[in-house]
Formats: sequence, C-alpha cells, structure tokens
Amino acid sequence: MDSIVIEALVRALAVGTPLLLACLGAILNERAGVVNLGVEGMMAVGALAAFAVASKSPDASLWAAVGAAMLAGAALSLLHAFATVTLRANQFVSGLALALIGTGAAGLLGKKFEGLPLFNKVPDWTLGGFTISPFTVAALILAGLLAFWLTATRGGLTLRSVGENPAAADVLGVNVGLTRVLAVLGGGALAGLAGAFLSLSYRSSWADNMTNGLGWIAVALVIFVGWRPLRAIAGALFFGFLYYLQFRLQGNSNVPTEVFSAMPFILVLVVLALAGVRGQAGDAPAALGRAYVRGER
Amino acid sequence: MKGLAALRPAPVKGWTVNQTQSSAGPPALRLSGITKRFPGVVANDAVDLTVHAGEVLALLGENGAGKSTLISILYGLYQPDEGAVELAGQPVRIGSPAQARRLGIGLVPQHPLLVSRHTVAENLALGRVGGLFPARRVAGQVRELSARYGLEVNPEARVSDLSPGEKQRVEIVRALLGGARVLILDEPTSVLTPQEAEGLFRVMRELKADGRSLIFISHKLDEVLAVADRVTVLRRGKVVGGVPTRGATRESLAELMVGRSVDFTRKRAGGPGAEAGALLSVRDLSAQGARGLPALRGVSFELRRGEVLGVAGIAGNGQSELVEVLAGLHAATGSVTLDSQALTGDAAARFRSGVAHIPEDRIHSGTVPSMTVAENLALRDFERPPLARGLARDLTATDERARREVEAYGVATPGIHTPTRLLSGGNIQKLILARELAGQPKLILAVHPTYGLDIGATDQVHRVLLDRTGDGAGVLLVSEDLDELLSLSDRVAVMVGGSLLGPFPVAEVTRESLGLLMGGAHPHSIPGADQGPTQNGVMA
Ligand SMILES: Nc1ncnc2c1ncn2[C@@H]1O[C@H](COP(=O)(O)OP(=O)(O)OP(=O)(O)O)[C@@H](O)[C@H]1O
Ligand SMILES: [Mg+2]
Repeated sequence: MDSIVIEALVRALAVGTPLLLACLGAILNERAGVVNLGVEGMMAVGALAAFAVASKSPDASLWAAVGAAMLAGAALSLLHAFATVTLRANQFVSGLALALIGTGAAGLLGKKFEGLPLFNKVPDWTLGGFTISPFTVAALILAGLLAFWLTATRGGLTLRSVGENPAAADVLGVNVGLTRVLAVLGGGALAGLAGAFLSLSYRSSWADNMTNGLGWIAVALVIFVGWRPLRAIAGALFFGFLYYLQFRLQGNSNVPTEVFSAMPFILVLVVLALAGVRGQAGDAPAALGRAYVRGER
Repeated sequence: MKGLAALRPAPVKGWTVNQTQSSAGPPALRLSGITKRFPGVVANDAVDLTVHAGEVLALLGENGAGKSTLISILYGLYQPDEGAVELAGQPVRIGSPAQARRLGIGLVPQHPLLVSRHTVAENLALGRVGGLFPARRVAGQVRELSARYGLEVNPEARVSDLSPGEKQRVEIVRALLGGARVLILDEPTSVLTPQEAEGLFRVMRELKADGRSLIFISHKLDEVLAVADRVTVLRRGKVVGGVPTRGATRESLAELMVGRSVDFTRKRAGGPGAEAGALLSVRDLSAQGARGLPALRGVSFELRRGEVLGVAGIAGNGQSELVEVLAGLHAATGSVTLDSQALTGDAAARFRSGVAHIPEDRIHSGTVPSMTVAENLALRDFERPPLARGLARDLTATDERARREVEAYGVATPGIHTPTRLLSGGNIQKLILARELAGQPKLILAVHPTYGLDIGATDQVHRVLLDRTGDGAGVLLVSEDLDELLSLSDRVAVMVGGSLLGPFPVAEVTRESLGLLMGGAHPHSIPGADQGPTQNGVMA
C-alpha cells in the first residue's frame, strides 16, 4: 500500500519535473506580459539539442548537453521575442507558429538520432530510499528562487511592473522591450531545460514527439497556478500524477490508444476549467498579451 | 541617496534661490518655439515659455489647449516637431522620461500612472531602488516624506484600493523622492479635497523656497492665484499671454483664457420647496465596500423633483458607493424608489428607467478608450432604435447623432471616428455628459461632473445640469469642490463614515460648516447647521 503511494509520488514528481520547469519559464515571460504558446516547440528543440550533444561520444559532457538544450530553447524563443516585442505581432499567433516550427524542426533534424543509445544518462540520486532526478531537485530550487526573485528583488519588481503596466515602467526609465525580450529568452531556456530532462534523464533516448503535449499542459498550468512559482510545484505534481495515471491505464485496459493520445489536450481543458472555476483568470498580469507602444494613450 | 538629504537640490551653476525675476542668470527652464502636430491638430504651435528657480508658473488653458502635450514634451514622452529646450542655460534634448528624470525634471501626471496590483512602496521603488527588498527600503523614506509634508500615504497599501486623491499623492511623493529640480504638476488638485489641496500648496511653497521651479496646471483659478507667481496662457496650442499673479483676479485670468468674460456668481436662484414632491426616495440603504467593510450605514434621504441635492464629503466616506448602488453597480440592502416605482435591476435597466450616471473614473468606467467617439456616444443605446434596425446597427444614424452631440457639447476632437483615448481629459468628460444626458433622464447621478473641465466648460456643464432640473429631473451631485456644491445645490448633505448628515438647505450652510462636518464634527455643534431639517437625515 505504502509502496504504491510512494511509487505514484515518485512517478508524479518525474513527469511533474518538465511541467514545472516549463511552467516556471512561462511564468517568467508571462509576468513580463508576453504569452508564449511555443513551449511545446522549445521543449522539443531542447530535448533534441541535449541528446545530440550527449550522444556524440561516450565522454561528452552532460553539462554541455544541458547548456545546449537551454541555448536551443532560448534561440527558438528569440524568434518569438523579435516577432512580438520588436514587430509587435500578435503573441498568440507567433507562439502557435513557434510550437509548430519547434516540434517540426526537432522531428526533422532528429531523424538520425532515433534509436541511438545515450552513452551516459544523467544519474539519478538516491534520497532516503527512493530515486530522484537532479533535474527534479533543480526544478524545485528554481521554483523557490523564482518566487523570491519576483517578489523581493529589483529585477523581479521591474519585470512584474512591465507585465502589469508597461507605460508606468517606461516613464520610470525601465527598458520595457529589453525586459520583455530577456523574460522570453529566460522562458525559452527553461523550456529547453525541461526538454533536456526528457532526453537525458527521463527517457535517455530521442524519439519524435517525445514531449507528448507536456508543453501545452505547462502553458495551461500557468493559469491554473495563478502565475505563482511556488503554487506551480503543487500544480505540476498534481498533473504529473494525472499523467502517470494515464500511463498506468494505458497499460491495463482495452481503451483504444487514440483516447490516450488525446489525453494531454483533455488535460489542458481540465486545467483551464479548474482555473476558471477558481476564478483565476483574474490573476493574469494586467498587460498580458498586449504589445507596448510608447505614447499611445 | 539617503533620506531627506536627497531632497535638497544639488547646487547648480546659474541657479539662484528665491529669485523670481529674470534679471540674473539664465532661467531654470526655457522652451522656445516648441511645435507638436498630431493628425488633425496642432497641439502646440511655436510655444515659448520660461520658468525661473524658486518660481511657480501656472499654465492655463481650455481643455485641449495643449497643456498636457507641452509637458509631455518636457518629460520626454513626446518629441517636439520643432523647437528647443534649455535647462539652466544649457540646451538639452529630452529623449525619454528616464532622461528627463536624470536631468532633474519630475512629473505628477494628470492621470496617475501606477501599477494597481502593486503596493505603494513597490510603485515608488520601481526604477529607483536596487538590490534586495526594494519596496521595504523605500518605505522608510516615504514615511519620512509624508510626515514632513503632511502627505498621507501608507506604503503598504495596494494601489487598487486607493481613492483617486490618494493615488495623486503617491505620484507627488514619487516626484519628491526623485529630488526633481523642475517639478511639473498636471492638474494635481482636480481630485483632491480642499484640505488635501491646501497640504499640496504647503509642499509647493516649501519646494519653491528650496529654489526649485514648479509648473502648475489647474483649471481652478483661486488656486492659481494662491500658489503661482506667474501665469502663461495657452489657447489652441499658442501662447496668448502671460501675467504675474500679483494684481490679477479670477475674472482677468478667465478672460485671458477663454477670450470673453466669465460669470462666477451663484447660478441657482431658489430650488423647489417641499411641495415639489419626492422624485427619489432612499430608505435605510446599507452596503459593503471593498474588503467587506460597511460603506453605507442606513442612509435615508429624499430628492425632490427639480432639485439639485449636493453630497459633500472626503473621498472614501461612502459617496462612491452610494452612487454606484443607485446606478445599479453595487449591491445593497434597503429600498430605493424613483417616481414611486421601486428602482431595481442592473445598470442598463436603470438607465432605461431614467437614471443617468456620470462616473468618477471617466477613463476606465466612463468610456472605452480604444473605441471611437461615435461608438462611445452610442454605448448606452446602440442596440435600440434609432441607432439600430432589427439586429443591425444603423451606422449613419449613429454617426449623425454623434456629430450633433459633439457639436452641442463642444467636444474638441479631430473627428467622430477618433478613439477617445486620444482626447484631452476635459473632452472625455464632455463626451460622457453628452451620452448620459441625451436620453432625458429623470435622475442624474453626477460624480465630480466638472473634474478636469476648464472654466468655460464647467460653466456649460452647470447650465446643462440646471436646465434639466427645470424639466423636473433631480440631480444628485457628488463633488469635493465645495464652491461647486454651494453654487449649484438647493440642499447639501454630508457623508461621513458611510452615514449621511442632512440634507441642509444651502442657505444654512457655509464652506466652513461643511468642512467641519466632513471632518466628522457633530452637526449640533456647528452654527448654521443646527436647524437643518432632520426629518430625512440620519443624525448620529
Ligand atoms: N497622442 C495623441 N494623438 C493625437 N492627438 C492628440 C494626442 N495627444 C493629444 N492630442 C490632441 O492634442 C490636443 C491637446 O491635447 P492636450 O491633452 O495637450 O490638452 P490639455 O490642454 O491638456 O487639455 P485638458 O485640460 O482637457 O487636459 C487635443 O486636441 C488632443 O485631442
Ligand atoms: Mg491635460
């Protein structure tokens, strides 16, 4: 009995890790006022980049692989930053495009990595009898750091102000565009890190569509947790658990697999419905999704 | 920068303290030939202006004259199309507000520009205080400043919970924190109570004694005479004159501003007596305010047909809630009847039964800023004839009526298809009036109806409101401007802590007695207020 609970918790934490990392990234850019729906794409690119570096040779540095993943995620998000901040394009359209570009490019470039072995995966740690990925520990620490940084530092205050009232921040000498670009890049890097977890720790292989809708859930999770990093821990755990249940059911039932492939998207709807019931859309940063133009009344 | 030491201006070459004449040294600020064009308007047309150290310059002009545009240029929000700016004799280019701040220019904007979800301290720390816990660090400085200048602000309060007057104070504290040498105040008193305004003038005099330069924009000429040394008048973007305030009068300034003489005498002769009968009767109204505190405590009164009932009170004593309850925007217990019919339903239903509402916050609840003038004018009835036929809107009829109303109310706008966010503050207010008064309302709920209006427009609004009482409409006039209340109302009530005192016939109250009641004094201890009719009043 106990072991089932622990097993479930450990598995929920494992699936929750990429959700948490990507959700923290999305919180970062959304608190600055930029929605990025491209999380799924940035995650896929990150997973591939990490795998490509790590599978090059037996003595490839795992740090370099993680770094590559974050760079790849950030590089892809730069497109979004350029489109939405510089060109003031619609954030939702640009984010959707990013998701398609990211998953498409990762699938195409990743063909030759399919089925390749990973020489050394990121080793799990054993803490008090059960195993935990260093990525999970990092994600939990990052959640705490982000919460602290947002509320208690100058940078966090600046970022939140840009997401709430960019005109007010601009008048006070804050570079609204730069703040937003950096927030988007940070969001991209964290989504890339979530991808690295998938290919270096969780699966330790590369497969097309290995992100499997996690990025979309992460985007919805941001709303569910009311844009708060600490609540994201609980949210990620909860949805990690639902995901885990799905795997379990998939193994032990006659339900057609199509139902399960639709699962991530059903979960997105569940997340949004729950957030709606709790009235959380009202927690959204006031300037979320809107481009800033100086001098526009 | 530590504490109040930061408020002392650094000595600057060419700056002379307490000098109001231009004889010695260059002026602290000189604008020459500033021109700014917007599509359809020349907002500033070759404007020249100087301010000296230790001087308060009042900038006067009708709504849309270009005052806010001029100071936006000074503060780096807009770039002028032509012209030059000099600070203490040095030519400068002000590319951004941040640069303006570095140059020692501070602005208290006409509409507070604050992050509503953040606390006061967080707002004040933004862009100023570095490192860890910026809000906590700035809070001490804020308390010091507010104690020194009598500007009450609570650094921990959330901005969304503040009244417009309180937000204005936060902006003033921000400019003071920045240690500005040239401080611009764009209509800072339009939402302040008389006491708050007096407090602000004390601050302004202290800053002036410090050798700073102040530019003060106001439509209230008494204030201008009380606090300014010199006046520069803009009309349609051009400087049309400048005079020292010594020797000037309200009448002479008004004439300079609008180009004709303006009548300041009491406009209301005698209102209807008790025989007119009740139009609106409110019984035992109680309501909760924000954060679950009682905002209205058993308010009862009657408003007679053809009467103007003034409601005085310091912001936050329940006036806003009273009006919102009557307009159908706020839940309450108690009974309200209009014309002997129970007044119920949502805001739209009440509008149809003859309740017009001129709200306090004209930008956010009065208009949809991104929609056009014509659309905003049609907000109340776009889905009914004559503005609609069946399911389709009649755009020609909408535009036609918009043109008529823009004309009738003198809304200065490049066109009826201009988004209202581009209009000057006063013109947005005129637009709301035009819309709300179009349907021959029976009851007009007017909250600060002349807030931000120039004297000509104020006069016009007063006349329109009084005209409607001639047709039997009742006006509930909430204002912090006691002079306005006294010159328009037939009876005046005072709101304190959610209770209503009075109403008292206007002949029996004075500025002073109202001021004391607003501060919470007992009515019986006030001479002149003691024989007020109490049959409707809730006397504590
Ligand atoms: N960004 C803008 N785009 C287009 N027109 C503008 C813009 N800003 C101001 N205007 C126009 O310029 C003119 C001057 O406006 P401004 O706000 O400076 O007037 P004001 O003197 O401050 O009036 P008020 O007393 O009503 O505040 C108005 O006709 C206004 O509609
Ligand atoms: Mg203005």
